[in-house]
Amino acid sequence: MEQTKRIVPQATERSTVLDVQNLKVYYETPTGDVRAVDDVSFKIEQGEIVGLVGESGCGKTTTAMAILRLVQAPGRIVGGKMLLDGIDIVTLNDAELRDVRWRKMALVPQGAMNSLNPVMRINTQLGDAIVTHQPRISAAELKERLLDLLNMVGLPSRIYSMYPHELSGGMKQRVCIAMAVALNPSLIIADEPTSALDVVVQRVVAQTLLDIKDRLGVSMVVIGHDMGLMAQLADRIAVMYAGHLVELAPVRQIYAQPMHPYTQLLIESIPSIKERKPLKITEGITHDLRNPPPGCIFQSRCPQVMDICRQVRPPLLEHPSRQQVACHLYEK
Amino acid sequence: MAQPLSGAPARSPQENPGAQTLLEIRNATKIYGGSFMNRRVTVALQDYNLTIQERPATITTIAGESGSGKSTLANLVLGFTKITTGQIFYKGVDIMTMNSQQQLDYRREVQAIFQDPYSVYNPFYRVKHIFDLVINNFKLARNKNEARDMIESALNVVGLRGQEVLEKYPHQLSGGQRQRMMVARAFLLRPRLIVADEPVSMVDASLRAMILDLMLKLRDEQNISFLYITHDLSTAYQIGDQIYLLYQGAIAERGNTQEVIENPKHPYVQLLIDSIPVPDPTIRWGGESVVSLDDEQMRVNAASGCRFYNRCPHRMDRCLEKLPPLYPISGNGHEAACYLYDK
Repeated sequence: MEQTKRIVPQATERSTVLDVQNLKVYYETPTGDVRAVDDVSFKIEQGEIVGLVGESGCGKTTTAMAILRLVQAPGRIVGGKMLLDGIDIVTLNDAELRDVRWRKMALVPQGAMNSLNPVMRINTQLGDAIVTHQPRISAAELKERLLDLLNMVGLPSRIYSMYPHELSGGMKQRVCIAMAVALNPSLIIADEPTSALDVVVQRVVAQTLLDIKDRLGVSMVVIGHDMGLMAQLADRIAVMYAGHLVELAPVRQIYAQPMHPYTQLLIESIPSIKERKPLKITEGITHDLRNPPPGCIFQSRCPQVMDICRQVRPPLLEHPSRQQVACHLYEK
Repeated sequence: MAQPLSGAPARSPQENPGAQTLLEIRNATKIYGGSFMNRRVTVALQDYNLTIQERPATITTIAGESGSGKSTLANLVLGFTKITTGQIFYKGVDIMTMNSQQQLDYRREVQAIFQDPYSVYNPFYRVKHIFDLVINNFKLARNKNEARDMIESALNVVGLRGQEVLEKYPHQLSGGQRQRMMVARAFLLRPRLIVADEPVSMVDASLRAMILDLMLKLRDEQNISFLYITHDLSTAYQIGDQIYLLYQGAIAERGNTQEVIENPKHPYVQLLIDSIPVPDPTIRWGGESVVSLDDEQMRVNAASGCRFYNRCPHRMDRCLEKLPPLYPISGNGHEAACYLYDK
């Protein structure tokens, strides 16, 4: 516990781990570019969990993949900067990237439990990343590290030399989390870490993530669309819609008082187990992503649309409640 | 934006005692394995009973964690796997002894909607192919005009228009559109029962309501019953009438959906409901933190005794003797399989 206190700085002296500036990722198609991520800027501070939410196709996974420089053709990073501990990831070459990945930032992929190699024992795959980055580590030291890692994610040491098929979905998911923290990165990106698990196991995995955050002071970007889970997990929530970041706010504010009309819609559509209420029906993304309308991206679905929304794209502005929102309604 | 539908009151089968049963599952047991090649026996479903009345149409939820046997149940009803022991009656006829005409009717009147609206389409065909197939198979229409009208009216029920979607390829449609097309396809056959296996778990939160609303509409306006299979209790709470909660192949608790979720009795169901994340950051996850679970703890191989024994905070010696039967909690069909309620 002593150690924990030393690593995690107080809230006031938090430093920025990742600074994304004007990121643009486009997918090339024969009929024009799809703007999957269009001019997105945000910062992630040390030791915080940012929940990235939005419907499928809104660009949340693309944003995460861009941070890891894992965007594949036909997609490409068109513009912007991503400073990770001061280094611009966009400009790194392959060799430099290899050094940064896993050591500074790690990924818990979507459907992570199916990403384990079925013919390798847990210790071999878990040790793989460590050995690659620290070739001279001794066998005894490695084993100690691996057992430490398993312990950290709440797994018993007897699974050390087991195969993936001997573990349950939640245990496999926690092995993937252990793998992500193996080299003590400053940033972990978790893409839908609990989506294929049932609620009891989901809770265990979410608590593992929170525990890791507290113990290591690592920052996380957690992608998901379960607003209930996000309320329990995240410190701040970033809401994306059709490639735009429309709201970024501390978790309490965003649930108590969502500002952007799309966020309001999202919060209202959470199914409750406390009261049975009429269903709120909404359409999905309605415009063609290749040809976004001028002005606000949400104009075709917005109940409070104004003339200015059809002409000028609203900038992401910070409000006194520490909520950043891109909406003309709040401009003075 | 579409207008919200009024809150749906729960329907209970007791309303109409003279009604005929649509589907009855009696002591169904399904065992996988146990053959010469595969000695390991998995009891996927044990002594399962369920009744769905013909009228009024209801939404019956089957819920439970992965491996609880809920998909096995769907497969049995749809005829994808054979039952080991027990019987399934459709309108009073055992589905294993149906003649070919009855079988054809059964295949038409019991339809399915699946989890993944992305993988049920053949990407090489335009989407109208799925409608042409059923019309040809069941000889629903005499000519092309009649077929077109039928498809159009089915699409209108789900809020789509033929000229907007029929000539497209699956990849050109959104997930919500695809899932609604599957509902339209099922509806085209005028089914009496739709088995919906996790129909909204791969659809976005904002589109989920649309599919759920469609289910309510089909229940109320078209008198179609649903067997709604899910692990998501919050959507079941919003639309379901009766609920059956499964734990490792056996019913843990059943009853009226609202009553069971608001006032769960079985320790497993209590754990399940406590674990649903509350969409309010000021309220922390209910109860104390869950101890991490081993596979060994979760899977009890013993055929006798309560399957939740190893995880249960209230376990008693008695629980190991025999699988607890369903004990009534209240007069209106709320029952829990737990010795705590043996009076």
